[in-house]
Amino acid sequence: MNAVSELATYNFAYLDEQTKRMIRRAILKAIAIPGYQVPFASREMPMPYGWGTGGVQVTASIIGPDDILKVIDQGADDTTNAVSIRAFFAKTANVETTTETTQATIVQTRHRIPETPLTSGQILVYQVPIPEPLRFLEPRETETRKMHALEDYGLMHVKLYEDISKNGHIATTYAYPVTVAGRYVMDPSPTPKFDNPKMHKSEALQLFGAGREKRIYAIPPHTDVVSLDFEDYPFEVQRFDQPCALCGATRVYLDEVVLDDRGGRMFVCSDTYYCETRRARKNSQAGGDSQ
Amino acid sequence: MTETTSTHEQADQPLLNVAGLTKFYGKRIGCKNVSFKLWPGEVLAIVGESGSGKTTLLNCVSSRLLPTTGSVRYRMRDSECRDLYMMSEAERRLLMRTDWGFVHQNPADGLRMSVSAGANVGERLMAVGERHYGRIRDTATDWLGRVEIAADRIDDQPRTFSGGMRQRLQIARNLVTKPRLIFMDEPTGGLDVSVQARLLDLVRGLVNDLGLSVIVVTHDLAVARLLSHRMMVMKDGVVIETGLTDRVLDDPHEAYTQLLVSSILQV
Amino acid sequence: MSSPLIVSNVAKSFTMHLRGGLVIPVVSNVNFALENGQCKVLGGPSGTGKSSILKMLYGNYAIDEGQVLVQHHDDFVDLAAGDPRVVLAIRRDTIGYVSQFLRAVPRVSALDVVAEPLLQRGRSVEEAEARARDLFARLNLPEKLWHLPPATFSGGEQQRVNIARGFVTHHPILLLDEPTASLDQENRAVVIDLIREKKKSGTALLGIFHDQDVREAVADDIIDVTAFSAVQAA
Repeated sequence: MNAVSELATYNFAYLDEQTKRMIRRAILKAIAIPGYQVPFASREMPMPYGWGTGGVQVTASIIGPDDILKVIDQGADDTTNAVSIRAFFAKTANVETTTETTQATIVQTRHRIPETPLTSGQILVYQVPIPEPLRFLEPRETETRKMHALEDYGLMHVKLYEDISKNGHIATTYAYPVTVAGRYVMDPSPTPKFDNPKMHKSEALQLFGAGREKRIYAIPPHTDVVSLDFEDYPFEVQRFDQPCALCGATRVYLDEVVLDDRGGRMFVCSDTYYCETRRARKNSQAGGDSQ
Repeated sequence: MTETTSTHEQADQPLLNVAGLTKFYGKRIGCKNVSFKLWPGEVLAIVGESGSGKTTLLNCVSSRLLPTTGSVRYRMRDSECRDLYMMSEAERRLLMRTDWGFVHQNPADGLRMSVSAGANVGERLMAVGERHYGRIRDTATDWLGRVEIAADRIDDQPRTFSGGMRQRLQIARNLVTKPRLIFMDEPTGGLDVSVQARLLDLVRGLVNDLGLSVIVVTHDLAVARLLSHRMMVMKDGVVIETGLTDRVLDDPHEAYTQLLVSSILQV
Repeated sequence: MSSPLIVSNVAKSFTMHLRGGLVIPVVSNVNFALENGQCKVLGGPSGTGKSSILKMLYGNYAIDEGQVLVQHHDDFVDLAAGDPRVVLAIRRDTIGYVSQFLRAVPRVSALDVVAEPLLQRGRSVEEAEARARDLFARLNLPEKLWHLPPATFSGGEQQRVNIARGFVTHHPILLLDEPTASLDQENRAVVIDLIREKKKSGTALLGIFHDQDVREAVADDIIDVTAFSAVQAA
């Protein structure tokens, strides 16, 4: 694709080898302590903070020439950010890219988990804005570190209690806190709580990178990930009243699309690959609802 | 505060044993060589003026400040005596959340101001694993009642409470895990006189009903008279007189104690 | 043994540091004993240390020298040593006290003030309140006052609350400091009856009575305090 001369201006996947080593060490530590936020020396990247630098650094440190990369943003392969990050790696690492979840070895994502279950050998890299689940309740970093170290998580349930007392139910619908491997409480990034069950005992490795906050954390494959709740207010995923308007899928996460200025809207699959695949199958078959 | 035969032996053992507690700030003495014991159900007042070292002493005993020398030994619920500063920080924090309480002079220091009253009271329960919303709320409602806060304020934030209400909320927050030892730092400081009276009466009642041990730091001798069984008078970091509260106040021996007692304005 | 309280060679003085260390002797060589079922009276003019002696026996004043042996449960304990927990235990179970002045606690009703000593000894709330009400009725304390805090009561009303609180329990030893000072004739008679009942039930009483009638009605023995006093009678 690119001339060798262009490649020569960047190290493989942009980061220098020492940086990649540093990040890999952080990743190993994170895998060894599931859910624990490992500080790392986040580098300057060619996109500003808040645009996925954490996820990009993690991907850059683990990607190899034989990897196949998929990048999604809110489930879609074709948003500006997904497109430019994919192009970034195509340029600096010369790797094959894809929109097919089943073909990818690395999936970098902003705020969604693909509907297609991931398998052993795949890695899901999440872009994380605020890694600390307790941050909005306890602004002091000194305190939150102690709370994690001492497993002092009463405050986390205080937040959920407040939700119930104000709204009659737990109103948190994204970035819903979870307990990993029965020990650390973790923020899964702003994925909808709908996706929380997908993290539980996934066959894939899940890595989380926060560039601005300089933290990496991880969930190794087959790890218990349990959403926080109360005995009398158990965790529930969102339910949608209608199936996807394009492919008819139920039990997937739907985006609301505004059609006009008269309140017209439709609900479509957030996972574009999933939706396309279903439509393609429907067109080539006799139809019917297959999952 | 009756002694049944089964708790008789327990009640004979001190709950807290402080020996030679000393805190230096550089060369300045915070408190020096303070020793005392505290038994279950007993209220001890530490009295002194500003700079007497009483707050330093309170903080050293309650694990909030590391002393320079000396020991603080506490008899745990399983009757084992533990040295407070030989414990791990995790154990100390657990102690502070369950068996101990600390009532700050300024209630905002002891509450989460942007979280509802019910959540403030329920937090310690949630911190030790209570996971049933209904039960947490019922317990919180019960405790608000016991500290005379109207039940319909359970979802209000302490920001909207008066000073006296905030202080009572702080007390409820501390008592919900049925601690055996409470530390109080000038609990009525800054409150109006009628509000003080109400608070002190509440504390007296709770101490009696729950058999609490309390260490209360105050500069107000009337508070000491009302609440405490025993009293320690501190000056310049040193305990200069100690004994039964009414004895120390009615028959003060030391010069400084006599000065303090005679300085109380008569109403 | 029928002497539940024995005072031997007790002495006390006050050192007034604010007056340059002036030492004011109060009493010395105090020796006497109480007897079960008897009321002894401390006699002598004012200022001779009668009240101070009562306060020393209650642990309210420190004792400089000597011994005060008190029969507490099955043992004799020396009150003069001044161990605060010992004093508190003795006050709870053994020695009761009717003081001259009521220290009113805000918001606690008269009924609760009187019920408290019984509650501390493990009695039920119902029993404690019933006994309190009985005593109030006998002492002619108007019922409308029972649920009010005594801070706003008159001197005589406060005194009756004090008396009720002292007489409501079954302490084997009872100290009375001018219990009839602010009372009218009728209520003085009630107090005399109460004292007689205590004597009959074996309580050892020690009192200060300025009222001659009451003194003569209840005293089995007069202890002349001028013998111990630092202030010699004129």
